[in-house]
Amino acid sequence: MDPRSNPALLRGMTHSRSVTRRDALRLAGLSAAGLALAGCGIQGKKPAATPKKDAVTDFWTGKQRNGTLRFANWPLYIDKDGKKYPSLEMFTADTGIKVSYQEVIQEIPSFFGKIQPLLAAGNDIGHDLMVLTNGIHLGRAIQLDYLAPLDHSKLPNFAANAAQKVKNPPWDPGNAHTIPWTVGLTGIAYNPKYVDEVKSVEDLWNPKYKGKVGMMSDSEEIANFGLFALGVDPDTSTEADWRRAAERLQAQRDTGLVRKYYENDYVDALARGDVWITMAWSGDIFQQVAEGKDLKFVVPQEGGTIWTDNMCIPRTAQNPVDALTYMDYVYQPKIATILVEAINYITPVPATKDLVLADAAKQSGEDRTALEQLANSPMIYPSEADMARLRSYVTLDGAKEKAFESIFQPITQG
Amino acid sequence: MSTPEITRPRVPRVRFGERLLRGYVWLVIAWLFLPIVVMIVFGFNDTASKSNVTWQGFTLRWWGRLGDYPELVGAVVNSLKVALLATLITTVIGTLMGLALGRYRFRGQGATNLALFAAIASPELVMGASLLSLFVSAGVDTGFWTVVVAHVLFSLSFVAITVRARVIGLDRSVEEAARDLGASTWITFWRVTFPMILPGVVSGALLAFALSIDDFVITQFTSGAMETFPLWIWGATRIGIPPQVNILGTLIFAVGVVIAVVNTVTARRRT
Amino acid sequence: MKRLAPYLLILPGGLWLLIFLVVPMVFMASVSTQEGDIINGFVQTFDFSVYGDALTRYQTQFLRSVGYGLVGTVVSIAMAYPVAYWIAFRGGSRKSTYLLLVLLPFFVSFVLRTVSWKFLLADDGLLLSPLKSMGLVAQDFHVLQTTVAVIGGLVYNYLPFMILPIYVALERIDPRVVEAAQDLYAARSQAFTKVVLPLSLPGVFAGVLMTFVPMTADYVNAGILGGPSNTMIGNIIQTEYLVNTDYPTAAALSFTLMAVMLVGIFAYARALGTENVLEAAAR
Repeated sequence: MDPRSNPALLRGMTHSRSVTRRDALRLAGLSAAGLALAGCGIQGKKPAATPKKDAVTDFWTGKQRNGTLRFANWPLYIDKDGKKYPSLEMFTADTGIKVSYQEVIQEIPSFFGKIQPLLAAGNDIGHDLMVLTNGIHLGRAIQLDYLAPLDHSKLPNFAANAAQKVKNPPWDPGNAHTIPWTVGLTGIAYNPKYVDEVKSVEDLWNPKYKGKVGMMSDSEEIANFGLFALGVDPDTSTEADWRRAAERLQAQRDTGLVRKYYENDYVDALARGDVWITMAWSGDIFQQVAEGKDLKFVVPQEGGTIWTDNMCIPRTAQNPVDALTYMDYVYQPKIATILVEAINYITPVPATKDLVLADAAKQSGEDRTALEQLANSPMIYPSEADMARLRSYVTLDGAKEKAFESIFQPITQG
Repeated sequence: MSTPEITRPRVPRVRFGERLLRGYVWLVIAWLFLPIVVMIVFGFNDTASKSNVTWQGFTLRWWGRLGDYPELVGAVVNSLKVALLATLITTVIGTLMGLALGRYRFRGQGATNLALFAAIASPELVMGASLLSLFVSAGVDTGFWTVVVAHVLFSLSFVAITVRARVIGLDRSVEEAARDLGASTWITFWRVTFPMILPGVVSGALLAFALSIDDFVITQFTSGAMETFPLWIWGATRIGIPPQVNILGTLIFAVGVVIAVVNTVTARRRT
Repeated sequence: MKRLAPYLLILPGGLWLLIFLVVPMVFMASVSTQEGDIINGFVQTFDFSVYGDALTRYQTQFLRSVGYGLVGTVVSIAMAYPVAYWIAFRGGSRKSTYLLLVLLPFFVSFVLRTVSWKFLLADDGLLLSPLKSMGLVAQDFHVLQTTVAVIGGLVYNYLPFMILPIYVALERIDPRVVEAAQDLYAARSQAFTKVVLPLSLPGVFAGVLMTFVPMTADYVNAGILGGPSNTMIGNIIQTEYLVNTDYPTAAALSFTLMAVMLVGIFAYARALGTENVLEAAAR
């Protein structure tokens, strides 16, 4: 397969999923501040973190399937054949629901900036289903009660086929509002030309690589690695742990180990030789390796971070039942296989691995190699051992978030 | 310009200094062009990777694949549309302001000068952030029009001040002569005053266009979901810039070269 | 009618400045004294302590930015003056061509130019890898993510705004005055310092006005070319606004930055005559 025609690559080139998380809320937040400005103070919405039991019934009672679905997603984030979307056409054939597929999310901040005022006012945003990345920003959407509570009795495929690891994430207990579209890992990438085999996060503190270590500028990302270095689980970490982790990270910085706190541009820096070892996202490195670069990706023995891009239904959706139907539909292994072969990110449906291998057996030449590479890549199908070491970002709410940022941001913003 | 009698005694030393100075100027010019050359050359790079950073061989392939990123092409179109519109508005209202400031004494003149001055002296970042607050609180959706408004704001001062300088330097007697010959105020303006201030208006407009097409900071704050060329590149810097960006940059550069050359040639003919 | 004329002429532009410059600034002043967060809302408290807190927290970055701005401006003057001088006095009939050469690179987007520098300066990039393979510099030598790279980027990006006004000022000097000065003073250097330099100062001042402010408030160069210890106040304000959504702090920092810039520039313009500085700036 010509790497240039690889949709995942094209997608990687046209937008960065991770930017989104990092810049989460930008304009959205400003909209809220605008309200603050206008009224010299806004009335904040004190939210219910998890919906009450009857909230689900309340929301879904009287809702019907309408035969249309407006799906907002990132560009090049689904299977595409010319101008057609095969998996969406299968969905229409199977359910009779027509899909208007909208590639409108380039960046969460600007997307959220557009929908936030509408959601706050209780208006339709023009989408029934959207894909948002977990993190501070999605957390706020949940807190502000912008998302429909999911009726899990309508999600049998999710229950049956989703990986245990993606169920019940700490930032959305019980998958009350979201289920994953794709999954990614934060681990360590390195250039074996300069760096010996890496197993531990401690290698990011190895004086041998002084000035050649890349760290991420996102507070949630570095916080996790600081905590891993201490052997603390981010899920159960306390403010005292954060301070200790920050000290380690500060020491790493003060001794000149860190070349820069990168956003997504760490990939370039790694390719150009500015850094030899760096925190990295699995999808980026998979693409680099698929293009023939000699790079390695590992989930450190102390732990790595798992994040997800999630499907969710805005409370104001016009066709929520159709959206819910689609959310469950993609959890069928055969559909999930079509998606993973096109997207090249981790699928939440582990059963697809065998199906990808079966597809590979039917192909020959480069296509076969590419599919086999996909099925056997630990960046797409992490091993059980890797999975066991993965943790989510620290879950934060209002007051905690401020404390968290004030501890970790000074490190990246000297 | 120098008279030989005066310079001759010091010729050798001057020559050396002159040559040094000249070499230095060319060095600075080369330095200014260095990244541009890199940009142009890497538009021809036969790279397979999304990080277009190492030279892989020559290809024209990317020129045929300019449309691979519809959003990128759309962003360039947006940039051009914003720049043209903002330039038009700025030139009209800036010229009017320049005329008023250069020709009349009136109440509020000091305040206007001050505001123009503040518009130049405020950091773009602050301007952008405060504008966004305004739009958001007024319930205005940010997008194309808010960017135009912002671009007019930061280029207005440049046009107004350029035109004002030109108006102050005008020879009023020509206008008086026209009026003595029976021309109305309107005719006098279009036939006499306007042609005389035109160079000021044109250079103001060019400046406004250049400022707008290149603006990043204020646009980032006021653009909402709209992408412009600089914004798209900024987004792409984090993930690797495809060669198409280099090509579009090269094309815009080429257009700039043409405009500038035409402008210089005609200016030379005028004087 | 005649009396109304200037007001009518000024009206559209004046309104534009009022609505989109003055009003937002007042707004921002108000935000800086609010308290709260995005979930619970912001309340106007007129509590000015946020200024003190923000400045204590970010004084390093604030001072660093002003420092970078000053160094960048001085380097720009030093680099730009000879260029402007040569074009003005030795450019002959091709003056405008030389000016064009100076300006042309700026038709390429600011961001793209800065990214190009990142390519050029990369550790294994076009400039450093030959030096490294020749053994002229150490293997771990790097330019990216250093103060030199950031200030270099600032100077690169704003140099034309220094060259142009100086050129305009020099070009206005009557050549006969220069000749007379050369007759009058024995040394050329004296003719320069006593006549040419003072006459060109308004241009230098205008150049300072046009470069110091944007350099100090810049965050693109530090973001692309800088490292952990090059963060400027612009980066902080951007993060506070867009990532942390701590609007009071962001507004307080912005306001302080602008106040410092405006007061500085006004004092500076006052000392030299506003009209001169502005006019030279516009050329």
